[in-house]
Amino acid sequence: MNENKPVNKHNPNIATILSILFAGLGQLYNKRYLKGTSFIIVEIAFIITSLDFINLGLWGIRTLGTIPGEDHSIYLLVYGIVSILLLLIVGTLYVFNVKDARKQAIKIKNGWKAPRFSESIKEGYDKAFPYLMTGPGLALLIFTVVFPLLFAIALAFTNYNLYNSPPRNLVEWVGFENFQKLFTVNLWKDTFLSVFSWTIVWTIVATSFQIILGLFLAVLVNDKRVKFKKTIRTILILPWAVPGFVSILIFAAMFNDQFGAINRDIIIPLFGGEGLPWLTDPFYTRIVLILIQTWLGYPFIFALFSGVLSSISNEWYEAADVDGATRWQKFRHITLPHILFATAPLLIIQYTTNFNNFNIIYLFNEGGPAIQGQNAGGTDILISWVYKLTFDMQEYSMAAAISLIIGLIVSVFAIFQFRRTSSFKEEGNM
Amino acid sequence: MNRKLKSALELTGIYAIFGLMAVIIIYPLLWAFGMSLNPGTSLYSSSMIPENWSLEHYKWLFTDPRSDYLLWYKNSMIVSGSAALFSVVITSLVAYTFSRYKFVGRKSGLYTFLILQMFPVMMAMVALYIFLHLIGLLNTLTGLILIYIGGQIPFNAWLVKGYLDTIPRELDEAAKIDGAGHLTIFLRVVLPLAKPILAVVALFNFMTPLFDFILPSIILNDPDTYTIALGLYNFINDQFSNNFTRFSAGAILIAVPVAIIYLFLQRFLITGLTAGGTKG
Repeated sequence: MNENKPVNKHNPNIATILSILFAGLGQLYNKRYLKGTSFIIVEIAFIITSLDFINLGLWGIRTLGTIPGEDHSIYLLVYGIVSILLLLIVGTLYVFNVKDARKQAIKIKNGWKAPRFSESIKEGYDKAFPYLMTGPGLALLIFTVVFPLLFAIALAFTNYNLYNSPPRNLVEWVGFENFQKLFTVNLWKDTFLSVFSWTIVWTIVATSFQIILGLFLAVLVNDKRVKFKKTIRTILILPWAVPGFVSILIFAAMFNDQFGAINRDIIIPLFGGEGLPWLTDPFYTRIVLILIQTWLGYPFIFALFSGVLSSISNEWYEAADVDGATRWQKFRHITLPHILFATAPLLIIQYTTNFNNFNIIYLFNEGGPAIQGQNAGGTDILISWVYKLTFDMQEYSMAAAISLIIGLIVSVFAIFQFRRTSSFKEEGNM
Repeated sequence: MNRKLKSALELTGIYAIFGLMAVIIIYPLLWAFGMSLNPGTSLYSSSMIPENWSLEHYKWLFTDPRSDYLLWYKNSMIVSGSAALFSVVITSLVAYTFSRYKFVGRKSGLYTFLILQMFPVMMAMVALYIFLHLIGLLNTLTGLILIYIGGQIPFNAWLVKGYLDTIPRELDEAAKIDGAGHLTIFLRVVLPLAKPILAVVALFNFMTPLFDFILPSIILNDPDTYTIALGLYNFINDQFSNNFTRFSAGAILIAVPVAIIYLFLQRFLITGLTAGGTKG
């Protein structure tokens, strides 16, 4: 046999078919015994341990149970999702196994000689290294983030609520009924519209206030004539340093209608009367919430902008002075572009964070005060409404449908913005 | 108006704004401190400057047999400490791989991370509850810690990857030529340079669990497993105005050290965030 024309009988198709039949057989055919045997062991182990479970899971997610009182629809749904995840993982490995067998067989056919054992171990390690590194994180991510997400998505298409909760009753797939309800049934429609519009107003106003105040103060502190910069900065950053959980609850007490310091020590002594209904009138509660969020959120922006401001070279301003620019022109054409360029992604995150800022809404007044004719409070934003629907009213499937809408809104917005920032450009055409 | 006078007036205006801000910032904090010194527990009879102040609430927290404050404190330290430690380990492994290696699934992985961090955690609460119930970790600190570690991966992996991208690859290459293996390069070359961003990740993942009350309130039912935020929240959850003075004492004890740490590290935090966040 000529070395230059390696014609051996090793057939890649046989290797491919064998490895499709049973993982590892192809590798055995390729004389990769260690690899082949371990693949076979893994597949056998998988079949023995999980086949029954997957069978049950797939049946469960299709039917959600058939006997009320005995089949627990929600657990069956969970089994189903876990089964599908397992199948996906195993499927990926299987495809890898087939590809591997075929690739190696082709190499062997072309006269490739197997490297020594130690070398092939090293080569395998090189290839597997990225997967070994990400493996633990990925596994955790799948079970604590991906799985719950899939579960919530599935829930949005069922009728799971207080009245048919398992194990006494069965839950059923209902398609898009929940989303339809949200836009057609009056109670849901009215609530959704009012909560949604307040969420948008809240996000835009509160976040913009934060940014404007932070910017304003950063520019002031950056003024050359100001002394004691360090002390002033420290005081201005204080609200960021104090845990938000604590500050919000302090504010909630201060704005308490009857006993709060704002009414008792400021409003009544100065203006007389009964004080303002901070926690019982939605209008006042909304105003206060926006002010508190500004208080909580501006220091981060302030600190961020201060850092950028001090890094802008003085030459820009000197050149502008020579051209006789006004202060506003300098701010508008030098300061602002610099700041926005450096911090745009972080500013976007501020908006999306506030869109889902559950803590302040819930801790301040639990989304209250209550409003007639709708099942959300007067200051509930979408996310706190979801919480109430889930944990107070047990409207699980409606809550899931709404959170799906939240997720989609935020993702679309964020991806659109992120694509324009440098982070993505460095990644090529993502 | 001459220039000097104008400048002086402006400067006075600026200082006046700072003064006003200082009052708005400090007043609520001082007020809470004043409340914690009031002898009674009722908000109604309390005032910012109590006539006969006392430290009785602080004493109560530490010595009264009905107070679980120290237990909560311990639980919180366990949860926050483990969450911070393991988050740093796992996130740096993932971020390093995404920053330095080309492998199948890399791009889709990055995309997935980005999308995953958009969905509100609230959405997952019911599922997490059932899941922890299934694997028997409901009502345990371990379950809580696992969720914190898993949940932070998408956001922090991006953050750290962005930072690692700014560390020149030539360093890795040089080490490789000197015969360093994958792990050596990671541990000896890249990690030491990534310390600032890892500190940011550690701090975030220490603080988030410390002041999160919502996830613990769903997962932990047993008062023995309460974390500090949950415990404090339950102080005032039922009867808001009746326990506020005690709450403020407990809250101040935890807020003061945290605030001091933040004030010391804020510059550090901002540098880490801008480096990882804008370039990453």
